[in-house]
Amino acid sequence: MNFNLTEERQMLQDTLRRYLREQYGTERRSKILESETGFSADIWTELAELGVLGALFTEDQGGFGGAGFDISVVFEELGRAGVVEPVLDSALLGGRLLAAAGKSDLVEQVIGGALHLAVAHGEPDSRYDLDHVNTTASDGKLTGRKAVVMNAEAADHLIVSAKNGDSIALYLVDKGATGLDIQGYPLLAGGRAAEVTLDNTPGEPLGLTLADYEAANRLALIAQCAEALGAMETATALTKDYLMTRQQFGRPIGTFQALAHRMSDLLIELEQARSAVINAAGYADDKDADLHLSASKNLIGRIGRLVAEEAIQMHGGIAMTQEYELAHIAKRIVMADHRFGDTDYHLERFIALSAA
Amino acid sequence: MDLSYSPEEQAFQTEVRQFLADELPKEIAEKVRLDQDLTKDDMERWHAILNTRGWLAQNWPASFGGAEWSAVQRHIYDTEAAAAHAPRIVPFGFSMLGPVLQKFGSKEQQDYWLPRMLDGTDWWCQGYSEPGAGSDLASLKTKAVRDGDHYIVNGQKTWTTLGQFANMIFCLVRTDPDAKQQEGISFILIDMDTPGVEVRPIILLDGTHEVNEVWFTDVKVPVENLVGEENKGWTYAKYLLTHERTGLGGVGSSEAGLKAVKRIAKAANHNGKPLLENPHFAARVAQVEIDLRAMATTNLRIISKAAAGEAPGLEASMLKVKGSILRQEINDLARRAVGPYAMPFASEAVEGANDRIPDPLDAGPVAGQYFNNRKLSIFGGSNEIQRGIIAKVTMSGGA
Repeated sequence: MNFNLTEERQMLQDTLRRYLREQYGTERRSKILESETGFSADIWTELAELGVLGALFTEDQGGFGGAGFDISVVFEELGRAGVVEPVLDSALLGGRLLAAAGKSDLVEQVIGGALHLAVAHGEPDSRYDLDHVNTTASDGKLTGRKAVVMNAEAADHLIVSAKNGDSIALYLVDKGATGLDIQGYPLLAGGRAAEVTLDNTPGEPLGLTLADYEAANRLALIAQCAEALGAMETATALTKDYLMTRQQFGRPIGTFQALAHRMSDLLIELEQARSAVINAAGYADDKDADLHLSASKNLIGRIGRLVAEEAIQMHGGIAMTQEYELAHIAKRIVMADHRFGDTDYHLERFIALSAA
Repeated sequence: MDLSYSPEEQAFQTEVRQFLADELPKEIAEKVRLDQDLTKDDMERWHAILNTRGWLAQNWPASFGGAEWSAVQRHIYDTEAAAAHAPRIVPFGFSMLGPVLQKFGSKEQQDYWLPRMLDGTDWWCQGYSEPGAGSDLASLKTKAVRDGDHYIVNGQKTWTTLGQFANMIFCLVRTDPDAKQQEGISFILIDMDTPGVEVRPIILLDGTHEVNEVWFTDVKVPVENLVGEENKGWTYAKYLLTHERTGLGGVGSSEAGLKAVKRIAKAANHNGKPLLENPHFAARVAQVEIDLRAMATTNLRIISKAAAGEAPGLEASMLKVKGSILRQEINDLARRAVGPYAMPFASEAVEGANDRIPDPLDAGPVAGQYFNNRKLSIFGGSNEIQRGIIAKVTMSGGA
């Protein structure tokens, strides 16, 4: 038993944490949030140069990591800094699907930071279900609508799921393809997404099925849990500092027992969240991986809500303002529950898998 | 024990319902339903409609031009108005300053300011909180120094709701720096067009502009704008806060919110069935509904005590705590119900951005609302302060 990071992962964590602390403060992020693209091309290039994108891929795929703990280390730091660049969707989810399809030339470009991807799987009434696809493929032409597609406007290629007969398959669609319409909008917690419609749009079959999508989705779940954990760490740290400095009634408010105990509860729950992320990353290749992942995502969803709400409440009014760091961090934490299945979805899936 | 309304109250309910059906502009109701920002015009238009009917100042005595409704009538109106998606009456003049002027103001102040509230000449906002004085309101630092016929005011107020629309602000200011905290405070009325008054917007975490900072630099305020006696402002403020606290349970909005959640969850698909039929989600909704039913009755019990002439003390604090928790829980259910479509964000900064945000469940910005309503347990005396009051009163025999 050993809960220490390997030397390589420790280095990756230190490097990324230092870089983001120096380069990704509240002020710079606010500018990025207000920008038209919703993310910074400079930050993206620098993340690639630091090896952050490469850490998401195995050596066979041209990277130098790719395991559950590589992913959790990277995303915990991105979450801690409230990074809005689409590392999860463009590099991890999109990149690992292309890697699974053997598209090594494209994967190389992803790792180098030169290629952006979007994964268009969910549909307007699919909610969080993975097997609910109404988009159809016929003779390599795709028709249908995809909902809340992250990073769609910036993507050079979209990976689109569609029903080919009875089975779901994945296709590569070029951003300039005919019949492709992308209606973009900003997101509450930063970044951009779009409603994507395809009307007889040509797509190249990737030779991937729903099972391949589910495999990539497992990695995304690890990443999303770790990102939320990092954001929770920031939220609790900000709250702790505030409780020790804010004076009301002639003393720091953290000296009021009612607040001190609630702060302690947050710290207890934060350790639960950390263990849940370790479970998610550590059991990523286990035969019961889905059970572990659902357990983790459910727990992160519950604790995330508690941490976000309590951090805001214990701060008071200041945390309600957009310019205060916690406002963005709290939004990242809560909105994480709206991706890859929410608390209830994973509770149900946990029950179903436990019974199986 | 009788849980039903009297025949007179039932008739009143019908009258209110009919009035809302006839007079509430549809486009305004639709904005309220979808939690879109109302313009100043929207709010003034609704005030004018209510004023024509004599229903704008609902709690004022008829001698001041009020409707002089009973607590039960006010409750009936609140419930019907929330269900019909009527805008909330901007409370700063009618619920807060009005009663203070009626009790502590001079005849001249009453004759001058009260009619101007009713006809919409003045839009009032509240200058209480300061950056260093939130929950600990009595530690406020804004100073007013007497200079001949004027006070010279310096300092800063914050969280001033709808201050961007206001032309008048009532303020708590320190007039005796040497007195004990609560004893050196006065209650004054300041014209916001006076040189030295500056309003700066505070953008909230959901991107909305509803609160402001108000800065005072050598602002000259005529002494006749002092309400009551100098250094007695804390007494008036406490009186005002008891008015602010009635109706804080927000039962009407919670009921409307829960109805919206059910509608959204009925339309939302989960595994080929409406989300509302999903046992986990249905259980969450039922739990809140059960709590809300009990709270509605708690609310009525307090109202009927108030109607019998007893001042709500502790109960107001209890209602505020429970009411805010329930409304926040309903906001949480709404964002859950919407699923991935809770993530898109309609930025007010971008004209027409609303139209481009996908909203297949016709839910409005539920995630933004979820974050915005975190304020319910913070403002007007945070839930921690309310719990402190409850504990102090029940365990030591006096506040």
